[in-house]
Amino acid sequence: MTLRSIMLFTRFERFWHWSQMILIMVLLFTGFGIHGFYTVLDFKTAVGLHTVSALVLLLLWIFAIFWHLTTGTWRHYVPTSNGLLKVAKFYAYGIFRGERHPYRKAYWRKHNPLQALSYLALKLFLFPAIWISGLLYLMYSLWGGALSGEALAWVAMFHTAVAFAILIFVIIHVYLLTTGHSFKEHVMPMINGFDEVDLSAEEEAYLEKDEPDHIR
Amino acid sequence: MFIISRYFIFRQVSNLISGLLLLFLAFSAQATDELSPKVQTRLAQNRDADMNFRLDKVVENPTVRTDSNSTADHTKFEELKNPFMSGPEVTKACLKCHTEAGQQFMKNIHWTWTYENKKTGQLLGKKHLVNTFCTNSRGNEGMCAQCHAGYGWKDETFDFSNENNIDCVVCHDRTGTYYKTPPTKGNKSCSVMFEGKQPIQWSKVAQNVGLPARENCGGCHFYGGGGDGVKHGDLDSSLIHPDKKLDVHMNEAGANFPCTQCHVTNKHVWTGSRYDVIAKDTEGTGKPGQRRDVATCESCHSTTPHPINSLANIKLNNHVDRVACQTCHIPTIARGGVATKVDWDWRTAGKTKNGEGYKEKNYTQGNGEHRATYKSIKGSFKYGENLVPHYGWFDGQMIYTTIDTKFDPSSGPVDINRFTGSANDENSRIWPFKQMHTFQPYDKGNNTLVYMHLWGDDKDAYWGNYDFGKAIKMGMEKNNLPYSGEYGFVETYSYWPITHMVAPKEDALACGECHAKEGRLKDLQGFYLPGRGGNYWLDIIGLLAIVATLFGVLGHGLIRFVFNKTRKQS
Repeated sequence: MTLRSIMLFTRFERFWHWSQMILIMVLLFTGFGIHGFYTVLDFKTAVGLHTVSALVLLLLWIFAIFWHLTTGTWRHYVPTSNGLLKVAKFYAYGIFRGERHPYRKAYWRKHNPLQALSYLALKLFLFPAIWISGLLYLMYSLWGGALSGEALAWVAMFHTAVAFAILIFVIIHVYLLTTGHSFKEHVMPMINGFDEVDLSAEEEAYLEKDEPDHIR
Repeated sequence: MFIISRYFIFRQVSNLISGLLLLFLAFSAQATDELSPKVQTRLAQNRDADMNFRLDKVVENPTVRTDSNSTADHTKFEELKNPFMSGPEVTKACLKCHTEAGQQFMKNIHWTWTYENKKTGQLLGKKHLVNTFCTNSRGNEGMCAQCHAGYGWKDETFDFSNENNIDCVVCHDRTGTYYKTPPTKGNKSCSVMFEGKQPIQWSKVAQNVGLPARENCGGCHFYGGGGDGVKHGDLDSSLIHPDKKLDVHMNEAGANFPCTQCHVTNKHVWTGSRYDVIAKDTEGTGKPGQRRDVATCESCHSTTPHPINSLANIKLNNHVDRVACQTCHIPTIARGGVATKVDWDWRTAGKTKNGEGYKEKNYTQGNGEHRATYKSIKGSFKYGENLVPHYGWFDGQMIYTTIDTKFDPSSGPVDINRFTGSANDENSRIWPFKQMHTFQPYDKGNNTLVYMHLWGDDKDAYWGNYDFGKAIKMGMEKNNLPYSGEYGFVETYSYWPITHMVAPKEDALACGECHAKEGRLKDLQGFYLPGRGGNYWLDIIGLLAIVATLFGVLGHGLIRFVFNKTRKQS
C-alpha cells in the first residue's frame, strides 16, 4: 500500500458540492427570513430567491443522482459498521490526545464510516424531507384549497424542522474541516480534487497507466 | 320747455335705473349663479359636507360619459318638448316610450328599499334596517327618502305601485342641474339647509337624459350615513373626478369608468349588492362576451388576473382562491381627501347653547373642508383618512341585528352586521372592511335596537326637541313595535365590505404587509400564514438545538486547542 495523491473528487462532484453549498446557504438565509426570524430582505425578494434556488437545487440533485448511479460512486455511501466505533471514539476523545485519525481513505472508499453514514442520512432522509415538504409548500394552492386552513401549518412546521436539522449539519460539517492538520488541507481536495489515498499496487498501476492525469 | 325737461330728466333717470338694474343682474347672474347674495351667504354658512350634499359642487361640473353608444337624441323627442311642471309628469313621458321600464324598475332595491335574504330569511333593506349612523330611515322618510328613487315618499301612505312616482331623472339627468331635497321640510333648523336652490327646469332635464354617470349614483351613494364619505370609506365625492392614484378604473383622465361599467344592469336590476356579496367568483370571465350577472373583479380580470410571466406572478395568482382582489389592491380607504366616519357617539347628542343646537367643526380633511366633530342633533364623531381596513374571512354572507333581534348588552359590543366565513371554508376569502364603532340608543328593557323619530316639525322629533325618550317612544309607536319605555346606549360595530378606490398596480400591497409577524393580518386566526405563522415551541427547540450545536463544536474545538497546547509544552 502506498500513500499517493490522486484525483478523488472529479470536476462534477466539486461543481455539485460548491453550487449546492451556495444554494443551501441562500436557502437557509432566505428560508429563515421568510419564516420571520429577520427581515433583511423583503418578503417578495426572499420568496423569489428561495423558490428559484430550491428549483435549481432540485435540478442539480437530479444530475447528482444520475451521476451517482452511472458512475457507481454511490458505493462510497454504503453504510458499514466496520471501524465506525473507532472513528466515533476518535472524535469523542482520541482527537484530544493527539491520536492519528483511525481511518485511511481508499480509492473506492473516500469517506470514513461515520462520515459515510452521515452523508447517507443526509441524502436519504434530510434532503428528501426538505424537498418533498418544500414542493408541497410551494404548490399548496393545488392541494390545499379544500383542506382546513391549518393544513399548511403542518407542512411548514415539518419544513422548518428539517431546515433546523440541515443547519446543524452545516455547522458540524464546517467545524470538522478544522480537525485535520489545517483547515486549508481539508478544503483543498474539494477545490483541486486531489487527496492522499492508500492505493493498492494494482490501483496505483492502473491509475499511472490509464489515468495519468489523476495521480501525482 | 318745462314739460320737455321733465320728460328728459325722467328718461335720463329711467335709463340710469334700468342700466344699473341690467348691470346688477348681469353681475349677479355671473357671480352668484342667479342667487341673491343673501341666500348665497346663508348657503355658505350652511354649506357642510354633511346633510346638504345635494347642493354641492357636483352640479357645477358633471362628468362626461365617454362610452355612450345611444341611437337616440332625447332633445328631438316630441314627448319631451312639453313644459313639464313636476317629476311625475316627466316620468309619464319617459314611460310612454320605455313601456316596460316602470314595472322593471319597481322590482329593484332602489325602489323597494327592501331585500329579503333567501339564505337567512332576514328582511333587509333601508326600509327595515337599523344602522350605526342615523340609525333608521324607517319613520324618517321625510328626510331619508330624498335618496329614494321616487317622488314624495313622506310616510307609510306612499304608493309603491304607482309607476309615475318613479324618479327617472335622478339617475338619468345629464345636465347636472337636477337635485333632490327632503320630501318634507322637517324642523326649521334643518330645513334652512335646503333653501335657496333655483327651481328645477324639468324640460331641460328631461331632454338631456342619458346613462348614469358617477355623480348620478354618487348623489346618494357617496353620501350614505348622512354626509360625504360618512358610511363606506371607499365611496365619497372624490370619486366624481378621481385621478389614477385614487381609482385606477374611474380615473377621469384614463378609463373613466361609470359605476355601471362594473355594476352591470339587466332590466333595471343591478349586480353587486352588498346584501348578497359574491365573496369568491370561481367563474371568472365566463364565456365570450361580458357577463351580466356579477360585478366581481374576476368577471373582467379572470381567476388568474396576474400575467403568468414570472414566478412571483404565479404565486400571486395562487392567492386568488384565498384572498379577495380588494385586500391587496385597495391599500387604504378614504384616500381622496374626504374623510369617513369611524366613530359615532350618540350619548353626547342634545347639548345646546342658549337653547339652540350647534356644531363644532374640529376636523379638517385632506381637501381642506372642515367636518363636524360634534352636532347637537347627532352626537360626537371621529374621522379617518387613508385608513387601513379591517380584514376578515368572508363568504359573502352578512347577518344583521335587526329591529326584532334580542341581544345581551352585557356580553360586549353588538355587531349590527356581522360577516360570516372562515379559513376552513373554501368559499371564504380574506376581505377588507371598514369597521364603524358607535354608541347608539337601544331599548334597555327589551334588549333590542330602536327606531327613532328624528325628522319632523312636530314636538316628538329628536331633531328639534333633543329628547331621546320622546323620539324613541314615537319611533317605536309609529311602527307598532314594543318599547319598554326605558332607553340606554349600546356599543355597536358595523362592517362595510370594501371594493372601490382600487389603486394602480404599483400601489398594491407589498407581500410583507401581511406576511410578517406584526403585519396587517396579525389578528386573523385559523390558518397558517408564511412569515407570520410558525410554531412557538418548534422555533424554541430549533434555535436551542442550533445554539447547542454551536456550543458543542466550540467546546470540542476549545478542548482540542487546550490539549494541543499542553501536549506541545510537554
